[in-house]
Amino acid sequence: MSDFLRSYLVVAIFGGVGIALVGAFLGIASILRPSRPSEQKLESYESGVDPSGNMWSQSNIRYYVFALLFVLFDVEAVFIFPWASRLEALGLFGLVEMAIFVFILLLGLIYAWRKGMLRWV
Amino acid sequence: MTVLSIELAYWQQTTLRVLGGAVAVLLPAGTLVYIYLFKLMSFVQSRLGPMEAGPAGSLQLVAEVGKAFQKEDIFPRKADRIVFAAAPFVVLMSTFLLVLVVPFGPDAWFVDLDTGVFFALAVSSVSVIGILMAGWASANKYSLLGGLRAAGQLIAYELPLVLAVMGVVIQAGTLNMQDIVLAQAEGEIFGWGGIGNPFILTQFLGFAIFLVAMQAELTQPPFDMPVAESELVSGYMTEYSGIRFLLFFIGEFATAGVFSMVAATLFLGGWWVPGIDPDSNLFNVIGPIVMFAKVMLVTLLIFWFRFTYPRFREDQLQRLAWKVLIPLSLLNIVITGVLKVAF
Repeated sequence: MSDFLRSYLVVAIFGGVGIALVGAFLGIASILRPSRPSEQKLESYESGVDPSGNMWSQSNIRYYVFALLFVLFDVEAVFIFPWASRLEALGLFGLVEMAIFVFILLLGLIYAWRKGMLRWV
Repeated sequence: MTVLSIELAYWQQTTLRVLGGAVAVLLPAGTLVYIYLFKLMSFVQSRLGPMEAGPAGSLQLVAEVGKAFQKEDIFPRKADRIVFAAAPFVVLMSTFLLVLVVPFGPDAWFVDLDTGVFFALAVSSVSVIGILMAGWASANKYSLLGGLRAAGQLIAYELPLVLAVMGVVIQAGTLNMQDIVLAQAEGEIFGWGGIGNPFILTQFLGFAIFLVAMQAELTQPPFDMPVAESELVSGYMTEYSGIRFLLFFIGEFATAGVFSMVAATLFLGGWWVPGIDPDSNLFNVIGPIVMFAKVMLVTLLIFWFRFTYPRFREDQLQRLAWKVLIPLSLLNIVITGVLKVAF
């Protein structure tokens, strides 16, 4: 197996260990803890009064514009990373190219800003 | 690989790494909770904090964990049982994968990925999924609101976090965490190499942005809208009780410790201290201790902010991320790039 794949094998093992450790915690606790469920106990918590309405209620989330902007900038970051690690070799040419790229994205942010997308209410 | 001139087989190395990883995740978490959350917080608020369990309350943590183990495990009747049970696994797994790329010495690393920084940023955002799962599956209005707020906050501060790291990557010219430490050890500040080039000095703006964004990613006060006790009753954790709550709690502080390790590696020189040759075998022994000291320094800042600032409102929080931190971090990239090419 190549070194490259071996290092990702360690990644997989760590993920497995993380799950196993949580499982061990839950396993030990399941031996130690009591279990006396009652009607009242299994009710959803709503500050002590009986819960009303549907729990998966619809709420006005204003996050979708932010989520769109997030995707935009996250993809930008993916493009900047390889550039950033090779800037020394790319020199002035790479710098100017990236300045144009960042400037265009900045225009997008300014556009969203001017349109009032970044305002919360 | 040889450790202190002992040849180790692959399975032995892996076992050592797994044990080291468990220690690296859990030891800082416990230390942080006792020293900072129990004691420092009490002193900041002019009280003594836990004093009964052990000398100066030092066994309080053991008592708390023991208590959580004996608590009844309650699944709310309306909850989505499978997703409800899976959420803590996702959150903790994200922490365990994050610690992987942090080096603790020239040979003392878990895995030496060439895309280390990239991997760290990628797995750190997996915890958002766990938090959304917890918030949705609880079938509770507080939890749903908390989960949505957490998701909105984490994606907003993910960007400044990623963009602030870019300055370090430009200066070091690599994504490999080990090479970033070496770049700081062998670097020069405008031709002066007396103490190397810890990036906190030449990337101070980046460090400040990273620290603020990190605070928000950890949902520590003042960025604790998603878990606000007084209005959302711990947000996405409302319906979790006993051991499952403890797992979220461990996850929160373990992630604080591990994130500080990443910050210490990127900006404070990781396992390296000025004055000693970075190739020296000595660092395999003192590296973890140096790292731990730096982690305590970074987390001191985090907890200090936590204890002294009032909570941000949701709109202030989003405004800070989008209108201040992101433009600043883009500016930081451009300045760093220009300086890198010019010198």
